[in-house]
Amino acid sequence: MKDALGDLDSVLVLGGGSEIALATVRALVARRARTVVLAARRPESLSAAAEELRTAGATDVETVRFDAGDDAEAHARLVDDVFDRHGDFDVVLVAAGVLGDQAVAERDGAAARAVVHTNFLGLVSAIVPCAERMRAQGHGTIAVLSTVAGERPRRSNFVYGSSKAGLDAFAQGLGDALAGTGVNVLVVRPGFVHTRMTAGLDAAPLATTPEKVAEATLDGLARGAHTVWAPPALRYVMSVLRHMPRPVFRRLPM
Amino acid sequence: MSGWGRTAPTLATLHRPVDAEEVTAILGHGGARGAIARGLGRSYGDAAQNAGGRVLSLTGLRNVRDFDVARGLITVGAGLSIAELARLTLPFGWFPPVLPGTSQVTVGGAIAADVHGKNHHREGSFCDHLRAFELVTPGGGRRTVTPEGEPDAFGATAGGMGLTGAVVEATIELIAAETDRVRVDTERARDLDDVLDRMERGDEGYRYSVAWIDCLARGRGLGRSVLMRGDHATRDELPRGERDTMPGFATPRVLSAPRGVPSGLLSAPAVRALNEAYFRRAPRLERGRLEPLHTFFNPLDGVRDWNRLYGPRGLLQYQLVVPFGAEDALRTVLERLSGERRPAFLAVLKRFGAGRDLLSFPIPGWTLAVDLPAGHTELAPFLDELDQLVAAADGRVYLAKDSRLRRELLERMYPQLKHWRELRAGLDPEGSLRSDLARRLDLVGGP
Repeated sequence: MKDALGDLDSVLVLGGGSEIALATVRALVARRARTVVLAARRPESLSAAAEELRTAGATDVETVRFDAGDDAEAHARLVDDVFDRHGDFDVVLVAAGVLGDQAVAERDGAAARAVVHTNFLGLVSAIVPCAERMRAQGHGTIAVLSTVAGERPRRSNFVYGSSKAGLDAFAQGLGDALAGTGVNVLVVRPGFVHTRMTAGLDAAPLATTPEKVAEATLDGLARGAHTVWAPPALRYVMSVLRHMPRPVFRRLPM
Repeated sequence: MSGWGRTAPTLATLHRPVDAEEVTAILGHGGARGAIARGLGRSYGDAAQNAGGRVLSLTGLRNVRDFDVARGLITVGAGLSIAELARLTLPFGWFPPVLPGTSQVTVGGAIAADVHGKNHHREGSFCDHLRAFELVTPGGGRRTVTPEGEPDAFGATAGGMGLTGAVVEATIELIAAETDRVRVDTERARDLDDVLDRMERGDEGYRYSVAWIDCLARGRGLGRSVLMRGDHATRDELPRGERDTMPGFATPRVLSAPRGVPSGLLSAPAVRALNEAYFRRAPRLERGRLEPLHTFFNPLDGVRDWNRLYGPRGLLQYQLVVPFGAEDALRTVLERLSGERRPAFLAVLKRFGAGRDLLSFPIPGWTLAVDLPAGHTELAPFLDELDQLVAAADGRVYLAKDSRLRRELLERMYPQLKHWRELRAGLDPEGSLRSDLARRLDLVGGP
């Protein structure tokens, strides 16, 4: 159960390989989380992370296979199985995602579709059964890792941005649908984060780290917030960018 | 649904049974996520909520089945509040044996938390004054439990946080009270040693004793307090003209806290100023002042919904007890509170006498209760540290107030936890009684 100060017992991560997710889970375990399930496409690659979490004090750590490309039935089965075996989850952290190769994706339908499938469609079919289970347990938070890139699609990464925009909109709507059920949806919108996913790219202004995003996420969980930005200043930056005329926005160097 | 602290709300199906048969039926019904009884929702944390399950609001069970006016024995529905009980009995010269800091708790809640009052050092906790209660268990229907007849069921239910069954009726031994006034002696204590010393020396001479303590005073003033002690005034002690009026228990509702107060209003500077004013206003020494019952026992009941003053983030109360001899731990807690300028308003220090066992909170020693805004910076690790201190001193925190204890410390604080779990399992073998508190602390144990 989440306590009065926002600390939690249990977390399920969809996309357990995400560096931001792992940083968040580490921070939660350092507080008092004891049950951690990491669902990822290649669970075997997470054994070191799982071991580290056990050492840090988590008593119930499991890695399971989750592929965003699987069909909706498989996702529903996976979610039911995990909830049945571990009991309540205080948080489901939705963190799976790929950046894709923008240059390829904007000229290759299959590549573009793969990005959208992984970042949006494949997550939606996993989020819905999680929401159902949480509705039944009467408490919990679904934390969805979005991005500022979904706030207004940019020339340089609009395939990724549009997939995240879809996920972001879905999460917001779901949050409204779940109002009054005891379940909250938290949308996390980081800016440029230094991770493997962005390695080799030029860092954008206000670039941040997985640890900072984790910190913002924990704060959002404690406050019962609907949206957090990391760093917080991006909220205002994006507010300006969102209203910028297209011809100007297109010419911005980003 | 949330507790008085307005933190960590969850959703449950609310039932409002009107009699014991209905309670029996609902509890027997099971349901995957269990059920828990709820009274007036004055537990600060999550004791009376049950995410995804059922919550039985028992405030409809308020009948008075029997009142032996000659002996001061009353049998009432568990949903009756202590205020209502006082209102009913005082005109007949009787008074509830234990009055907690708010009179807005039900008899059932008072049993589930085994509440204490300002007379604990002499007269123990609420369950020490029960002749019997009727307990509805999920599997076993309704049974009469007395301390002699079923000591295990009685002991496990006293302070058992509602997890042994739903109490639907109780027979309470009242105490005699001739008037609706308390004769109060007030004195200021300049620091912690002073107040502890005054309480140690003088408490036994008073039925009621409590100290308001300034948790923001530092250095030489650490632990400065206002000590208030007294007993029910006798008729002879009232002014001549008032001796023949019928005593009554009134809880005037003069104020109501507004909605929409932002979190952070009760900041450290604000609380420091309030504490300073309170301390200065109190007389250095005053004897025999006559105060109305509610002013002495439940000053905050006059402000409706005062928990709203803490804003949307809510509040929590941290209440600890450390045994006699562990005064250093108490001092360290105060040093930490004042050192970090935690806005601890309304802090109360009191001496406990002999305790019960199992999950009942009081043990002989010093208890300190402080209200803190839940949104205060880095409060979680701070309170975790205090827990460590308290546990290391063989003390404990109060489950009725708790909303954030680390579950690993529970057994250290309540060494009879295992035994309680066994007794509890005997009363509820299917594990149908559940609350968010139980889930959060893994109170019930097992798989």
